[in-house]
Amino acid sequence: MSAVLLDHITKTYDNGKVLAVDDVSLQVAEGELFGLIGPDGAGKTSLFRILTTLLLPDKGQAAVRGYDCAKDYKIIRSKIGYMPGKFSLYQDLTVKENLDFFATLFGSSITENYALIKDIYEQIKPFNDRRAGKLSGGMKQKLALCCALIHKPEVLFLDEPTTGVDVVSRKEFWEMLRQLKQQGITIVVSTPYMDEAMLCERIALIQGGKIMSVDTPAAIMAQFPVKLYAIKADNIYRLLTALRTNPTVESSYAFGEYIHITLHENATIAGLQQQMQREGHTNVAAKPIQPGVEDSFIRLMNQA
Amino acid sequence: MKVLRYILRKEFRQIFRDKTILAMMFAMPTIQLIILPLAMNFDVKHVNLAVVDHDHSSYSQQLLTKIGASGYFRIVAATASFKEALTYIEKEKADLVLEIPPGFESNLVREGTQKLGVSVDAINGTKAAIGGSYLQAVILDFNKEIRINAGQTKPSGVIDLTYSNWFNPLAEYRFYVVPAVLVLLLTLIGGFMSALNIVREKEMGTIEQINVTPIRKWEFILGKLIPFWVVGIIVFTLGLLVAWGVYGIWPVGSFVTLYLLAAVYLVALLGFGLLVSTYTSNQLQAMFVAFFFVMIFMLMSGLFTAVESMPAWARVIANLTPVTHFIKVIRMIVLKGSGLMDVKWEFLYLVLFAMVLNGWAIVNYRKTT
Repeated sequence: MSAVLLDHITKTYDNGKVLAVDDVSLQVAEGELFGLIGPDGAGKTSLFRILTTLLLPDKGQAAVRGYDCAKDYKIIRSKIGYMPGKFSLYQDLTVKENLDFFATLFGSSITENYALIKDIYEQIKPFNDRRAGKLSGGMKQKLALCCALIHKPEVLFLDEPTTGVDVVSRKEFWEMLRQLKQQGITIVVSTPYMDEAMLCERIALIQGGKIMSVDTPAAIMAQFPVKLYAIKADNIYRLLTALRTNPTVESSYAFGEYIHITLHENATIAGLQQQMQREGHTNVAAKPIQPGVEDSFIRLMNQA
Repeated sequence: MKVLRYILRKEFRQIFRDKTILAMMFAMPTIQLIILPLAMNFDVKHVNLAVVDHDHSSYSQQLLTKIGASGYFRIVAATASFKEALTYIEKEKADLVLEIPPGFESNLVREGTQKLGVSVDAINGTKAAIGGSYLQAVILDFNKEIRINAGQTKPSGVIDLTYSNWFNPLAEYRFYVVPAVLVLLLTLIGGFMSALNIVREKEMGTIEQINVTPIRKWEFILGKLIPFWVVGIIVFTLGLLVAWGVYGIWPVGSFVTLYLLAAVYLVALLGFGLLVSTYTSNQLQAMFVAFFFVMIFMLMSGLFTAVESMPAWARVIANLTPVTHFIKVIRMIVLKGSGLMDVKWEFLYLVLFAMVLNGWAIVNYRKTT
């Protein structure tokens, strides 16, 4: 039995005018740390809301731990933890009151599953009597995670948990997820950050409501079909414009201080480099590189 | 039950934590109940009168003295011509012009009949109508005395009227308006607070987090309704205290009946708020929708005008608002001392409203979209 199952799910808004999720099928195994990677508006939140029984799909079936999201929503609600993308705890209640409240709603208490949240809760415990609205962004995320975990859920859904959180807190947060996974909780997490994709066991690349690829990050990178090069020159913008019009270049996009390019078949990087130098670009440097998840994503996106 | 108890605790905590709302909830009804009935006084006093006396006889002098002594009129001008007197109305210095024609006294004595001219500024409808009729009453009274003075031995068949105002002996406006204002304030608190509170959960996104919990629909709804019901009852009690302390109005009827009706009314009202919240998605929308209905409730509930004198279609609307029935009931119980049996139809109406509004709201409330 897979922890999460999506079978040909389609969801539209505004009477079919806006297609949010387009025929998505997906499986998440038990105990997996699964990432939904895609830009804003790709349909990640819609999928989360369908799986957390807040939204009914137009077509298709969704199931969490074998329970149908439409029919067995009552059972599902007691078995999952959900952390929406927008901070949605009571800002006028204190940290402890929020935690107490959600524990009670699930028929549990803070002490009952304290072991599960201990590591995270200890960090915000000094602010027990502070109102949730007055916490910093990272603290809010920790509190929201505690509230989502307080009833020991079997599957945890985290919708963009690290958006708007500083780099250090993001690192900490992923470390927490790794520890939770070790306790046997299935985690489905969405993020627009490609670097976080590497931290998942398997990822689904999603764009425009469609799944482009599902695999381990390593496999997705290995599937990159052609050689990828990084190239740079003194005037990077002029170089990019030149590459865009060059017939031997298949694709090119700026990536940090380099430009990532792929070439058409019988072209060589050395040839291109010489050609650029002839065209007056100075200090042209090029090297073959290992494609990352982002490169795979951009390639898949351009193919679609 | 444990869950419901905890939800209630959370709701009360939130209510008491927002100091502005808390203050508004209790200060608003108290202060408004003290101020509004004083301002909303329909007793017409100080009607400004311009007099054109063409006669200058002892009879015309007697009439003017009588009018002046009635306490309702203030003679602001005595002019030589009607045209001149009319300028006082144009400048809004006078509300009425009384014109006494030449030969007023002699005609009365000789022919037993005489005409008087009264011109009314009808811009302020109430003042004009009531002022006009006051003046008429004074003149009629004067008329009666004249017959006797003129030595007519047999006043031929004059009907003498004696008034007595039941349940409000001095016909004081405050008795009529204070219970109604109390109802309005209760309506504002109950209708608005519940609607806004639930919509706020939608706006803040907290409802999303609540919806994924196994909490039952009825637990959530009761958790929202009970605190505002309690607040409503406290406000009602506060209002009764103000009515007694400031206006000396102590309910004649039984408190049990009064509170029973208020309790049912509040349930109906909270149902209304809940219903508004299920159809709106943010506080501004909820505010406007609630305001639209509360406006209609206010103007059509028989607070300012008698429902019976409305056109038929308006009477239908008036009867379809719970406020109308509750205002009626409150007046009956507070002023008249009506018992439960006397208000049983209104009671049933309110129960019906409570069931329909809440039922509709619960059906329309969804945890899933």
